[in-house]
Formats: sequence, structure tokens, C-alpha cells
Amino acid sequence: MIWVDTIVQGILVGGLYALFAAGLSLVFGIMRLVNLAHGDLIICGCYLILSLVNVLGLNPFLATILAMPLMFSLGWALQRYVLNRTLGDDILPPLLVTFGLSIIIQNALLEGFSPDSQRLPAGALQTAAIDFGPITVGVLPLLILLSAIAVIVALNQLMYRSRLGRAFRAVSDDPITAQMMGIKPATYFAVATGIAMIVVTIAALYLGLRSNFDPAIGPTRLIYAFEAVIIGGLGSLWGTLAGGIIIGVSQAIGAAINPEWQILAGHIAFLVILLFRPRGLFPRAFD
Amino acid sequence: MPLLQIQDLVAHYGDFQALFGINLTLNKGETIAIIGANGAGKTTLMRSICGLLRNAPEACILEGQSIGAFEAADIVTLGIAMVPEGRRLFPSLSVEENLVIGAHGRDTGGYWNLKTVYDLFPILKEKRDAPGTTLSGGQQQMVAIGRALMSNPRVLLCDEISLGLAPVVIRDIYSALPRIKDAGASVIVVEQDIGQAMKVSDRVYCLMEGRVTLSGNPSDLTRDNIHAAYFGASK
Repeated sequence: MIWVDTIVQGILVGGLYALFAAGLSLVFGIMRLVNLAHGDLIICGCYLILSLVNVLGLNPFLATILAMPLMFSLGWALQRYVLNRTLGDDILPPLLVTFGLSIIIQNALLEGFSPDSQRLPAGALQTAAIDFGPITVGVLPLLILLSAIAVIVALNQLMYRSRLGRAFRAVSDDPITAQMMGIKPATYFAVATGIAMIVVTIAALYLGLRSNFDPAIGPTRLIYAFEAVIIGGLGSLWGTLAGGIIIGVSQAIGAAINPEWQILAGHIAFLVILLFRPRGLFPRAFD
Repeated sequence: MPLLQIQDLVAHYGDFQALFGINLTLNKGETIAIIGANGAGKTTLMRSICGLLRNAPEACILEGQSIGAFEAADIVTLGIAMVPEGRRLFPSLSVEENLVIGAHGRDTGGYWNLKTVYDLFPILKEKRDAPGTTLSGGQQQMVAIGRALMSNPRVLLCDEISLGLAPVVIRDIYSALPRIKDAGASVIVVEQDIGQAMKVSDRVYCLMEGRVTLSGNPSDLTRDNIHAAYFGASK
């Protein structure tokens, strides 16, 4: 029964990793942009929510709703005025620019908020749990997993059931021909990054509620997000959820065997899957 | 006033000049054909008209409006749609989605909609849920034409729509042209098949090395002067 509990806890942690990765997956799926500042933008979201909580005295969930349009605007402007200029045949410029952005965000957060670790106030949610017989599930981790599933469902609906999603897929397939349909790639890329930042804000809320954060932990979140996206198959949203859960379960099993193996086990699972399925578990057929 | 007037249009790829002062006119209700050998500049001309290559504003005039410097995404909203060479369907979109996205930038509520496109090409209705790129070449060409029609264009640009297709399929594709014209579109057809071009067009322009070397009504052109304009030498 201990193993069942371990796997359940791993799945719940995987929900958080899937949330880290969903925005990255969306952006990569649409514009083939690898955003190395993604983890730092999550941490940026944590501090924005924390600031709104502290200044306005809001509940973290209400603060997140307020932070979403701000983060959307940040993502839109970032893509429109900075990242769009880096897109092209050469994959190096976006990598270099987002790497630089990562350093800028970390240092700006360090300057503004000090290196002290912080946490969002979770109140009673922090300790609330539901008993399922021999297994106890924390309400917060369960909420995170359900939120991750909801985000993936919402993004899939957006991509496959809406006019905007159809345009996203078209511009992802062939930006030149998409222009002949009246679609301006630069505008749609900016909207896509804005939407990814909304997902980042949700990830930031749960990261901040679940654990401590400081300005330097962004790159580690990026690695988890990256691994989840690659395990799932580049651009596949359900694959990203599966990838997050696989990393979470691997870490939980690793920790159960030896607490020092927790992080390593997740990376090993990633490498093993990469070895046997280099394009991930659910790659798009036409990539 | 001509529907579309191209005047002194030049095009470059980096340092390479592909078009040298092209002039042509398209009147309302007309079909013109652009013929020429590989590398003559036919596709470059199409890409210039539809805005994928930027020009001087006055190089392309649509019913009195200078649109030469407009982006492709803006030009389609004005009523110029292109059936690109090689079809270029969106692989992640179904047949129906490929058609619907044709109206993304210009949804006028005109004659062409899903129903009328399916009426024109009934096979597409049967394949509506299939990925566009899984269809045969001829069916893909029908999707590409239907996609362009969904914007109810005033000018339809058809770039090498017979390329790589069997003669019977080409005949089917071209048999749709009268109905497209009846619905209000004027058409520019780029063709390597001279016979086909002469058959469907009201006027023909021959390009060679980025210049118009011959133009006129198909009935006025002789085999010899087409040959000379096409290949640059008398037979």
C-alpha cells in the first residue's frame, strides 16, 4: 500500500510539473520557440501574486485572477517587441535572447525582493487532506492536479475548437501560407505568448502555495517543464500532462527508495524515454 | 478602370533581380494567363501581387487603390486570394478546417461558403474530416482552390494548378473555372501548359527572364511568336 501511496503522491506532484510545462508546450507548439526564461517567468508570476497579496491584502487566488491580465500583457509585449524579432530559420537567436532574459529577470527579482525565500499564504488549504482509506491525499496537491487537467482541457478546446486555435495551428504549420489567409503571424504569436503567460500565472500560484520560492529557482522549474514537454512529445498538450506525471511519479519512486534519489530519478526517467522514444510519447505526426 | 493594374513591377531576391518592370492589366470578369518557362518569374509575379514580396505602392493597383506595399494578410482582406503552387495545405487542419480558414481574413457572406464549395467539389464533403494532406493530389488542389474561394475574392490567382496532376484531373479542375468566374471572380492563371492557358484565358502574357515578351488575345497569337517569346528564339 505504501507503493500505491507513493505513486498517487507522484501523480499529484506531476500536476504541478504539467502546469510548469503547459505554457512552454503551447509556445513551442505554435512558433517553435524554446523560451529559456520560462522558469524565471513562473517565479516572476509568484512575486507578482505575492506583491498583490501583500499590497492589496487579497487572497492568493483572487490575486492570481488580478495577475492574469498583467502577465498576459507582459507576454504579449515580450513576444511582440522582443521575441518576434528573433524568430527565423536560425534557432540560436531566440535561445540567446531568452537566456539573457532569464538572467535579467533573476537579477531584477533579486534587486527588488532580496534572495530570501518567500511563500504565498495558503491558510487552511496547506494542511487540508482527504482520507481515501489507507491513502491520504492533500487538498492542495489534488487541486493542483485538477487545475492542470482543466488547463490542458481548456488549451485543447482553444486549439481544436476555436477560430483562434485554428489560426494558431495554421500559422504553426506554414506561416507564409497563413499570411495568405489573412493571418499575421507576429500578432498571433504575441497572443499565444500572452495565453502561455496566463498558464504561467496559474503555475506560479500553485508553486508559491506549495513550496518556498526565491529569485534563483526559475532554471530548475524550466528543466522540469522541458522534460515534461519532451517526454510528452513536442507540441502535444496531453503529452505534456503525461510527461509531468511521469516525472512526478519517477521522483516519488526514487525518493521512496532513497531520499537522495528523488530529483535524479526524474531525470533518469526522462533520459530513458528519450532513448527509446526520441520524439516523445505522443509526437505530432507531421513534425 | 481595370480591376487590377500592375505597372513597372520589379522584384528582387537579395541581389538577384527576378522581375524587370512588369506591366499587365486584369479587367473585371476576365481570365488572363501568364505563361513562361521555369525561372521566367511567373511565381515571383504571383507572390508580388499577393503581397508576399513587397513592392512600390503604385506597382499594384486594385480598383484605383495602391496596394503594392501592403502585407499579404491585408491584401487578402481586399479581395485578392491565391491558390499557391504546390497547394500548401495546412497538415494539422482537416479538409473542412482548411476550407474554413480561407475565410479567416475576409468573410464577406458572398456566394462562396462551405456549401457552395462542396457543391463545386462534392468529393471534399466526403473527405471533410480527413487531414488535408492525406488526399490525392487532385483532391488537394480542389481544397486549395476551395480555400481561396472561401474569401469570395475579386481576383483569384492560380499558380500552376495543373502541376503534377493527371490530364483527367486537370480537366476536372479547370472545368470549375467558368462557375468561379460566374460567381464574380476575375482570374489570373499561371501555367506552363501553353495549350491549357490558351484554352481558358481571354488574354495571355508570356514571361521570359523576368520580362513580358509577348501579350495578346489567344486567337491573335501564332505558334511561332509564342515559341519565340517563350524560349527567346525563332523556331
